[in-house]
Amino acid sequence: MIIDALSLSPTAQAAGLIGAVLLEAMVLHVGYGVVTNALAPNVKRALGGE
Amino acid sequence: MELLGMSLLLVGFFVGFGLLIGILFGFFGMGGSFLVTPALLVMGYPSRVAVGSGLAFVFGTSVIGALRHRDHGHVDYKLAVIMTVAMTLGIEAGKRVVDALHAAGNADLVISVAYVGLLATVGLFTLRDARRTDATTSVDLSERVQALEIPPMVTLRGDVRVSASIIFGIGLVVGVLSGLLGVGGGFLLMPAMMYGLGVPAAIAVGTDILQITISGAFGSFVYARDGFVAIPVVATLLAGSALGARIGAGVSNIVDEDDIKGYFATMLLVGSVAVAAKRVGTVYDIGVLNTVSIALIFGATIVVSGAILLAAVCQLRDDNSGFWCHLFLCTNLITARPLQPRDTNARFDV
Repeated sequence: MIIDALSLSPTAQAAGLIGAVLLEAMVLHVGYGVVTNALAPNVKRALGGE
Repeated sequence: MELLGMSLLLVGFFVGFGLLIGILFGFFGMGGSFLVTPALLVMGYPSRVAVGSGLAFVFGTSVIGALRHRDHGHVDYKLAVIMTVAMTLGIEAGKRVVDALHAAGNADLVISVAYVGLLATVGLFTLRDARRTDATTSVDLSERVQALEIPPMVTLRGDVRVSASIIFGIGLVVGVLSGLLGVGGGFLLMPAMMYGLGVPAAIAVGTDILQITISGAFGSFVYARDGFVAIPVVATLLAGSALGARIGAGVSNIVDEDDIKGYFATMLLVGSVAVAAKRVGTVYDIGVLNTVSIALIFGATIVVSGAILLAAVCQLRDDNSGFWCHLFLCTNLITARPLQPRDTNARFDV
């Protein structure tokens, strides 16, 4: 079922926007977490001059 | 070529700006709306869109910051709940003060003067504290506050025992000022928790960020209901700040906040000058002052986030002999003090 966002009430649209920002934040948090966990030791070694 | 209805250059700008703000936010627990909203205003976004988008961005960034600080055990939920309730009431009261000032016809002047005065006062206080070799002032104040046995008493993380009524009172005052000035309140809440209540810096940052998450969600919801949030701007800023917040929180594990406090104080003082310049520029229609204002805001963001990264590199290298480390030490001596020895086994956990 496809929901037309513009047909929703302003309150529902605002709640959807907050949910979208929260979802993006969580996805970025997890995604960057995977990347930084993989790269952090090498970056730390490189910055530390080893 | 366009992405999200913006040119790639603009997308890159927002991602980069978000990255720098994320570093400041992850490290200090503040610097969101204080930096983003004026930047969007100067870029030509309508004021309500600038405020609404700034709040939505701060909400997204603080979610990430709060998760990181929760992982490190840096959040005191008791303190956050009391502060949130008190600040919500205070913000409502602050809005009523603004309405009354609008009715009297002098709201803009009073708000601008109060903003400049507060930023300058907190900046000078922090700078003085950063230049001290001991911590007697803050210890004296927080010890006096903790000695006040006004029920109910609560025990916070870091074994801090303090009156919940006093916490509520501080939250109320900060809330009134937040509502009056239209800012998140991080730059007021942080010093209040650290110097007033004696809460350890890491707990103050973590709790502050959680509180900002809640108030940011509420604020952006209110603006989004009226259609005043620019989603592409928020999405791109968040893409940068999500990484920056991880870096900032990770650096806070290896760099003593006291080493950067002078830069933080300078950023607040520059912020007060920027707001004053913008105000004078608007009143007397001097366009160049608006440019000076935004240059100061962007400049302070770049310099302070750069100083944080430089301090981290210097700590990791542990020799301070390189050009950049030497530069950092020279400039930091002007603002505060040289880098202090730190646990070299501390984790750079991003």
